[in-house]
Amino acid sequence: MAAGITLGWLLRGKKLPFLGKLTNVLIWVLLFLLGVEVGGDDRIINGIATLGAEAAAVAVAGVAGSCLLAAALWKWASRRRKEGAGK
Amino acid sequence: MKGSLIIVGFFILGIIAGRFGWINIDSFGFDISFIALAMLMLCVGIGVGNDLGALRNLRNLDSRLLLLPLVTIAGTLAGCAILALFLPWRSIPDTLAVGSGFGYYSLSSIFITQYKGPELGTVALLANISREIITLLGAPLLLRLTGPLSPISAGGATSMDTTLPIISNVSGKEFVILSIYHGFTVDFSVPFLVTFFCSL
Repeated sequence: MAAGITLGWLLRGKKLPFLGKLTNVLIWVLLFLLGVEVGGDDRIINGIATLGAEAAAVAVAGVAGSCLLAAALWKWASRRRKEGAGK
Repeated sequence: MKGSLIIVGFFILGIIAGRFGWINIDSFGFDISFIALAMLMLCVGIGVGNDLGALRNLRNLDSRLLLLPLVTIAGTLAGCAILALFLPWRSIPDTLAVGSGFGYYSLSSIFITQYKGPELGTVALLANISREIITLLGAPLLLRLTGPLSPISAGGATSMDTTLPIISNVSGKEFVILSIYHGFTVDFSVPFLVTFFCSL
């Protein structure tokens, strides 16, 4: 990845239309392979409902946590320089 | 949204292929996943290096708002850590690794599969796709509950591409630059945080 960033920096400003496509294809290949592994594993297939519920819970927890903190940041940033503005 | 459907399509196609034994990964004689992953990292790196210039417009932003990516990361990890206490079968670092995808489902699930196996990789894929869908569908509600920054925060790494249009609609055009900067920064943190939590 470091090699890629350096290369990208050297090529900055150049249009790299193939890059996005290549990235997408690689992602498709890798997720297809992940699917192959999942499909060949009975333990995962049988537990897919539980895994899905767990995944949804992680997503909700992440969104809730980040939104609550974002609300706090917005409050703080909106306070500007109003002196003595309490909570 | 179309991109997500294609990705899910490939994943499901893979499941079917694996289920019926059409493809045996071990038969390639080399680690095809690893080679594809290394190439993917090279591409992601080139993209990041190439995009660094896009961040020059940031000077107009309130400097306090520049903390938003940090806030997103901290909030997500806090939420996931609390959740992990209720998931006795899953270790806290594993849950944090899944949460550190921040909606970047392709990269994070691929990494996690590599380090922790296909089970947690599947959780990561589903969790991070869910995060994107929650943001796409829930942005107006989030705006009302927790203010204009929260759709950006909820979008995580996707706030610079897939969820950017909805953020621009819901929070307002003046948040677009912040949203791109936020997505870029969070995106950049994904490989590091995911590998870090996987190595714990």
